Amino acid sequence: MTVLPDEQVGGSETWTPVCRVEQVPRAGGVAALLDGDVQVAVFRTGDGELHGLSNVDPFSGAAVLSRGIVGDVGGVPAVASPIYKQNFDLRTGRCLDDDGVRIEAYPVRVTGDLVHVGVR
Amino acid sequence: MSRTLVVAGHGMVAHRLVEALRTDDVDGTWRVVVFGEESRPAYDRVALTSYVDTWDPGELGLPGAEYADDDRVDLVLGDPVVAIDREAKQVTTRSGRVQSYDALALATGSRPFVPPVEGKDLPGVFVYRTIEDLDDIRTAVDRARLRRGRPAAAVVGGGLLGLEAAKALRDMGLSPHVVEMAPRLMPLQVDDGGGALLHRLITDLDVTVHTGTSTSAIAQDGDRLQARLGNGTELDVDLLVFSAGVRPRDDLGREAGLELGERGGVLTDETCRTSDPDIFAVGECASVAGRVYGLVAPGYSMAEVAAATLLGRDASFPGADTSTKLKLMGVDVASFGDAHAATDGSLEVVFNDAVNGSYKKLVVSDDATTLLGGVLVGDAGEYNLLRPLVGSELPGEPAALIGPASGGDDAVGVEALPDDAQICSCNAVTKGAINQAIHDEGCDSVGAIKNCTRAGTSCGSCVPMLGKLLSACGVEQSTALCEHFTQSRAELFEIVRATRITTFSELIANHGTGAGCAVCKPAVASILATLGNGHVLGGEQATLQDTNDRFLANMQRNGTYSVVPRVPAGEITPERLIVLGEVAKEFGLYTKITGGQRVDLFGATVEQLPQIWRRLVDAGFESGHAYGKALRTVKSCVGTTWCRYGQQDSVGLAVELELRYRGLRSPHKLKAGVSGCQRECAEARSKDFGVIATEHGWNLYVGGNGGAVPRHADLLVSGAGTEELVRIIDRFVMFYVRTADRLQRTAAWLDELEGGLDHLRSVVVDDSLGICDELEAAMAEHVANYEDEWKGVLEDPDKLARFTSFVNAPGTPDPTIAFETEREQPVPVMLGVPEVANR
Repeated sequence: MTVLPDEQVGGSETWTPVCRVEQVPRAGGVAALLDGDVQVAVFRTGDGELHGLSNVDPFSGAAVLSRGIVGDVGGVPAVASPIYKQNFDLRTGRCLDDDGVRIEAYPVRVTGDLVHVGVR
Repeated sequence: MSRTLVVAGHGMVAHRLVEALRTDDVDGTWRVVVFGEESRPAYDRVALTSYVDTWDPGELGLPGAEYADDDRVDLVLGDPVVAIDREAKQVTTRSGRVQSYDALALATGSRPFVPPVEGKDLPGVFVYRTIEDLDDIRTAVDRARLRRGRPAAAVVGGGLLGLEAAKALRDMGLSPHVVEMAPRLMPLQVDDGGGALLHRLITDLDVTVHTGTSTSAIAQDGDRLQARLGNGTELDVDLLVFSAGVRPRDDLGREAGLELGERGGVLTDETCRTSDPDIFAVGECASVAGRVYGLVAPGYSMAEVAAATLLGRDASFPGADTSTKLKLMGVDVASFGDAHAATDGSLEVVFNDAVNGSYKKLVVSDDATTLLGGVLVGDAGEYNLLRPLVGSELPGEPAALIGPASGGDDAVGVEALPDDAQICSCNAVTKGAINQAIHDEGCDSVGAIKNCTRAGTSCGSCVPMLGKLLSACGVEQSTALCEHFTQSRAELFEIVRATRITTFSELIANHGTGAGCAVCKPAVASILATLGNGHVLGGEQATLQDTNDRFLANMQRNGTYSVVPRVPAGEITPERLIVLGEVAKEFGLYTKITGGQRVDLFGATVEQLPQIWRRLVDAGFESGHAYGKALRTVKSCVGTTWCRYGQQDSVGLAVELELRYRGLRSPHKLKAGVSGCQRECAEARSKDFGVIATEHGWNLYVGGNGGAVPRHADLLVSGAGTEELVRIIDRFVMFYVRTADRLQRTAAWLDELEGGLDHLRSVVVDDSLGICDELEAAMAEHVANYEDEWKGVLEDPDKLARFTSFVNAPGTPDPTIAFETEREQPVPVMLGVPEVANR
């Protein structure tokens, strides 16, 4: 498990366990419902890295990003929205097809075999 | 004040004249009155023989030929001009109508030439020029068939038109005789060597050829006719068709005192003006500068010249290229330039391969440096490159261009062609114009060139040349699937098939780079599914699928799904219909009837999907694959079961086809249709494959499309029995699945296929590549291994577990999904505005 630099900043997150690692398919994602109806999409890349992004696709408003296809765009790990197919950087939430758009990225860590998502 | 143009005649050239004038006459200076002799507007007479395929006159219709939206054009049908009064500047029609004109255009075309033979007016003797002529021939064939089974027929004339008539008779199931006065078939186009091969190839097609002899008399013999030939042969036939060339219909001009050409036709100058400056003549009735043309392309160019002249512009008829390339009963014949070596001192280079049925001749200048013309019979593959080279310096040894190692189109590079060489002869587009489109308009694909220049949009034979011109201009046409695979989809298909790789990871590790993406993953998933790798959500396959395939339902704008159970051919019992209603009510779904004759249930959440399927599967439904790049529906009309006009059981066939191909993953969705008669209520010709019943069997059409770029499907085979039909569809579908690009419908695939429809037919009907057994076996395997995908999920707890909105709260639906009621049904309401609005 890798904790990415972005996610270490601050350090005042509330960590919520959401599932076991093997429940997140390799090169796939699942959605978790956190307090306050916050929806986080948790992804596992083909290499086994875990990432968390908002589950809401900003282009359509539908909570579906966890159901997108996980792969890479020019080497950047990415998920493609299942609605209109824009790619988002799994590490930062930056939209790779539209410079001005970025979605919330959530830190993810593993304790034992449990996946935790951090919310500030 | 506007002036009046009267057009006498409404054939293809007359239509082009009206069209050209109305398009360019932006100020509306002309009003047009057209008097046609036939009862229908101008139609595609060049394609007359294809009328036999469908017996639907609408198939030959020319777009816009009724001028329905143009109040400046009056079209009067069935009332030809019979007299011209040049002094009063008015014409009189058969019905007695008198119409004055400021300008008059004669476009009366030709009449079939009937030699003065005794008995030429007997019943059972026909000519071959109009739709009515073919209807009469058909009636005679049907009548003779009732009398004595297989009727016999003879065609007088072994030229282009005679062989067309023979093809029509052959397509009606006859084995006609062809009688040609010249010592060879198609004497105008081919030489003796080419004629000899043509004779052999045509004879192999069950046509009896008599050359070097005339028809001396026709006599009635009971119900039949006896034709006596000059060489003593007697033919007992049920009908006889004269199709021995045409003569210009110049009577109107002759009677009005206009000058005529030496060989007939109303004489005109190069602006198509006759000896009366207010009267023009265009098409086959005209003798432009003393020469009559019997082809449509020169006629079109006369029409444009006359229209421009009428609008006060300078235009003159440039002369015409009478090169011909055609396929007669499957035999290629091409003739171009000085085919008969009439030029002084010209030399001939001949390559005659009697074994493989191919004859090629080039005519070159006395110093062997310039191409003058040529003849190709049996295989006209080199035509596209040779014809534009006429008049230019040869790029190499003449023999190298047509010899056995010449290798078709590659013999001469496109680089060798001069800029004014015509690449697309249908639309008169030169190499220079195409290069300009590539350099100045930025066209970077064959499709872009087609849109920009119209090259390749008619017969399509020059499409491969367009690709070569792109390459020659340095435009790289990448066929790479995406950044992860340099291969095209078709190449990947062959790799997967040959290596028996069963997972994406193995494929990308060995043949690609990176982690994959939303382009290559679903494409590879589709390939794996076509080749039979178990359930589409099995193992690693699940994460390759687009969301629709991953949840076996169609994602809608609010993240809910719609569910479409299969209703084969749209036939459904009341009990099942009630189940659909009950399920929709129970789960609060919006219902809508689809265009594919089934019912779509909208608004299901992820966790509802398996519950809905359970109810549907229990009632005998299965997945309709509305979510997949797979067979969708086979639409049908009710056919003979109910319809008074039905010719065959269209519903029965549609059910059989839908059950046969259901679940087959393909490069894009596949839609099909079966119509029980020519009325075509199932709209089968707008489908990827469509079947239309006739009294002789099924006609199969392929490559149709509705949507944004509609395409009428092309006839692949006609009069097939059910078994043969299914075999050809098996091959067609499998060939498409293997060779098409990702997300390329059959319409675009067929348009881009090198060799087009003829090539497709040679592969899937004549088995020219020897792969038909393999294609059929692959389809048989698909049919044998088909299983319902919904049932597959219901029976597997691991797969079922994925049908939940939240991994940490199974059973809790997505709280952002909400509905309101519109016209008594639930419709989505989005909570809050998307962060990125209106993009």
